[in-house]
Amino acid sequence: MNKLADTALEDIEIELFVRALKLRHGYDFTQYAPASLRRRVLQLAHAQQADTVSALTTRLLHEAGFLPVVLEGLSVPVSEMFRDPDVFKTLREQVFPVLASYPQINIWQAGCAHGQEVYSLAILLEEAGLYERTQIYATDFNESALKHAQEGIYPAKEAQLWSRNYLAAGGSHTLADYYSARYELLKLDQRLRRNVTFANHNLVTDEVFCEAHLVLCRNVLIYFSDPLQDRTLALFRDSLVRGGFLCLGTRESLDFAPSAADFTPVDAARRIYRLGSRSGKE
Amino acid sequence: MATPQAIVIGCSAGGLTALEQLFAGLDPALPQPIAVCCHTGSATVDLLCELLAKHATLPVEEARERAPMRGGVIHVAPSGYHLLVETSRRFALSVDQRVSFARPSIDVLFESAAEAYRDTLIGIVLTGANSDGADGLLQVRQGGGLAVVQEPSDAEVSTMPAAALERAGADHCLPLAAIAPLLNRLCLP
Repeated sequence: MNKLADTALEDIEIELFVRALKLRHGYDFTQYAPASLRRRVLQLAHAQQADTVSALTTRLLHEAGFLPVVLEGLSVPVSEMFRDPDVFKTLREQVFPVLASYPQINIWQAGCAHGQEVYSLAILLEEAGLYERTQIYATDFNESALKHAQEGIYPAKEAQLWSRNYLAAGGSHTLADYYSARYELLKLDQRLRRNVTFANHNLVTDEVFCEAHLVLCRNVLIYFSDPLQDRTLALFRDSLVRGGFLCLGTRESLDFAPSAADFTPVDAARRIYRLGSRSGKE
Repeated sequence: MATPQAIVIGCSAGGLTALEQLFAGLDPALPQPIAVCCHTGSATVDLLCELLAKHATLPVEEARERAPMRGGVIHVAPSGYHLLVETSRRFALSVDQRVSFARPSIDVLFESAAEAYRDTLIGIVLTGANSDGADGLLQVRQGGGLAVVQEPSDAEVSTMPAAALERAGADHCLPLAAIAPLLNRLCLP
């Protein structure tokens, strides 16, 4: 069989796999951007030493305990602390002063993966003197990622980059004040978790669950198709208080999302927006 | 191969100089979209785009998430993200794991573009110090696309083109100076 036919067959197998995941387990990836999803499914097949994607589908349908493996493979949570430090700096300088005017601050970190950004945020809030009255909701659909996020344990080799990022983000101490390193691992100060609620929430299927002053969702919507991206932006809109803030990844595009009209850029280059259209209604 | 509809290019060490020379030689009437993945190690590709634009006969810009690949435009993969082409022929980004220690990865760009363009794609591997792009170029060929590799002895760093040749082979293995004329010949109506 030639390679062209191989690829077409693979496409059919991937479609069936995604359908099986939805029908059997209720996890809906049908609205994910196809190119990345395809890579992840093929990588998962490779990692599981499955000869075909169909072999994965069989296990998904019949093997108890295989679902978490699949979800882990399809979510590939990669991040770092204070990734894009100037974004965190802008949050601190432009957004925190507004948040400070609220007696109670709610922040939703949507798609928190392994939690690096949750801890980054907690540190900045602590240093700004706002953390005591802040509640952070950190959500993800991947249960094992949430568990990892809760533990706050990462490879120690990350410390150097993360420390640099922290300082570039305007941190006023040193990152080492917030973690203890042992052997090859570093563990973040668990006191940073005191106002964080980790919860399972799936942006594809779940609804509004809090009233937030700031929603952070960086590099999550890049995996969504246009309609799902738009639906999720509407979900953020409905979750935010009037004048609430939204922070996306620095290379995300809202050009194909009608719901983007509900937001006004605060800092367009850093993808920080405020709920309220340009016409002035907030 | 069928009439080319898109060109993808990968390079790393020595890439800037090679791309400057290549883009200076392209016919400004070239109608195909071009996407480039060049490992830079910088936080942004602003400077890379600026430098390339000084020499290029075609407009150079950073590839934008969800935007269509535009004909006659050189799109540069942003730093820190994999650049993919959807079958809708629009760009997508990902922050998945590095591939061959690289993000953006040439393999990821080439594999997705091969899926989107099949036998109407031209894949080009230039100078570089690792083997990223070799698997991707194989996918380009297996999809019926055309593979062009810079002659390793002509490259500033030969590792990348040599790895591509070994893994995928090539339809054309040429010195850099001959690649722009080849593209002009293949791509102009």
